[in-house]
Amino acid sequence: MDQITAPLAYDFFVRALVAAVLAGLVCAVVGSYVVLKGLAFIGDAISHAAFPGIVAALLLKGSFYLGAGIAAVATALAIGWVSRHSRLRVDTAIGVVFAGTFALGVFLFSSIRSFVPEPLSYFFGNILAIGPDDLVGLLVLGGVVLALVAVFWKELLYATFDPLGAAASGLPVARLEYLVLALVALTIVVSVQAVGIILVVAMLVTPAATAQLVSVRYTRLMATAVIVGIGSAVGGLYASYWLDVASGATIVLIQTGLFLTALLVGRGGPLGTRRARAQMGRAG
Amino acid sequence: MTASHHLHHDAAGDVAPRVHEADAAHARAHADVWAQDVSVGYDGDPVLEHVSLAVEAGTLLAVVGPNGAGKSTLLKVMAGLLRPWSGRIEVLGGPPGREARRVAYVPQAEAVDWAFPVTVRDVVTMGRYPALGALRQPGPTDRRAVSAALEQVKMSEHGATQIGSLSGGQRRRVFLARALASEASLFLLDEPVTGIDAATQEDLMDILEAQTKQGKTVVATTHDLACAASRFQRVLAINRTVIADGPSSLVLDPDVLSRAYGGHLLVLAGRTVLLDDAHHHDEPPRGERHYHDDRQRP
Repeated sequence: MDQITAPLAYDFFVRALVAAVLAGLVCAVVGSYVVLKGLAFIGDAISHAAFPGIVAALLLKGSFYLGAGIAAVATALAIGWVSRHSRLRVDTAIGVVFAGTFALGVFLFSSIRSFVPEPLSYFFGNILAIGPDDLVGLLVLGGVVLALVAVFWKELLYATFDPLGAAASGLPVARLEYLVLALVALTIVVSVQAVGIILVVAMLVTPAATAQLVSVRYTRLMATAVIVGIGSAVGGLYASYWLDVASGATIVLIQTGLFLTALLVGRGGPLGTRRARAQMGRAG
Repeated sequence: MTASHHLHHDAAGDVAPRVHEADAAHARAHADVWAQDVSVGYDGDPVLEHVSLAVEAGTLLAVVGPNGAGKSTLLKVMAGLLRPWSGRIEVLGGPPGREARRVAYVPQAEAVDWAFPVTVRDVVTMGRYPALGALRQPGPTDRRAVSAALEQVKMSEHGATQIGSLSGGQRRRVFLARALASEASLFLLDEPVTGIDAATQEDLMDILEAQTKQGKTVVATTHDLACAASRFQRVLAINRTVIADGPSSLVLDPDVLSRAYGGHLLVLAGRTVLLDDAHHHDEPPRGERHYHDDRQRP
């Protein structure tokens, strides 16, 4: 029991715990759309695009979240625009944006002369370094994301499932698609300090993908993703504390382990029950 | 009989009398769908050129033509999903999309992700979403409308089933139920009777016929010429432009068909055999995902 409660004596640990729960929750909810719409690669590109924003914030002594947020949302909307208006294939456009924005971040970072911050904490996250002000910002941002999902719940579901039918019956499908991309960008900003630029896509994709393996209904999918997301974030934080290893990587490893377990024993998995397999064979 | 019920041989040789100006204005005023000289395509490649038509309220119209003729494209223009490059089109008295809540569009089966975690009831309930507006959740009225639509397509027992475990015919029933639940005035159906058993086809056509008797308008693309001939009141034969337009008995004669279908048609002692009538759908346009579900039950 001490193992659980002892770290709670430290404020930094409590803040990290709140941030982990929030990131796990928001990533799971938005990640459900990412998985259903096949946006994993876009998520990866947006997270890397946050880097130049973070470095610009460092250079201009501005807010970390503002810099990351502007860069991520701008990239998300740009990818959305290119996929609608350019003759390029979307994955080609993403490949260009992905590397280009990250290179811009590295370029700017290497130009910093006055002081040299630790780049690894941006790449891999440092959840224990989240300050009280950071936490308020994260809670507000996470709240905005969850509120938008709640407000546009029906519309997002219809537009994700059948964009043609939804658009024909009058739903603003193009705007809803931009909204999903913006939500992905904001979610990445909420989670980037916890797990870092490189691993944040796992927070977004893995819990929802795990849930997809075991659920036949979107509400169940999202609920399962939330449980997996929060559980692995909290579990990973404690495990990293006990073992004194990197928290972001530990969280992601736990998620990956849960995903592999679901793959093996979930619907259709080689170790799943026969009934579940039969159901999967039909349900596809 | 109004202008649109005459047989127009637009592509070659004016067999029928041309529509007079006054007739055209009359047709436009009474049409649920009215198009004049519409051309449209994807990425600079034209798919349809110079399409003119008028579909009156209460019409049961089949759009036929070979693969790549532009049937789905025409439906998408009517649904407001594609903007014409040139020409004019009005749907329910305004530009496409203005009366979107009175339009129900059903995509072809390949454009639907059948593995998506939704149940039959979820899908039919979506038909109610546009009229509800943001923030309002479906209430008792919506649930009744959904139940009634499921009843009509004989899918009441399957409400809780995930859509991927349905047969091809059941899948078409569910999407028709969604259109019925939306209480639309105009049904735009892409291949609603493709790849389904005869009993389902009869059921679905009975429902559509009943809808048109209530004044609703149905425009459906189809590969199935037998169904078009026997169940639809009017047929529009297209192949990149309008080849023929009129009562099904007149349009579906071997002469017209051979022009619509080019060389892919065999006429044997007055009986027409279509050679390329596979269920191959058109290549999906850029930005549209198609799903090929090999695990679908027969």
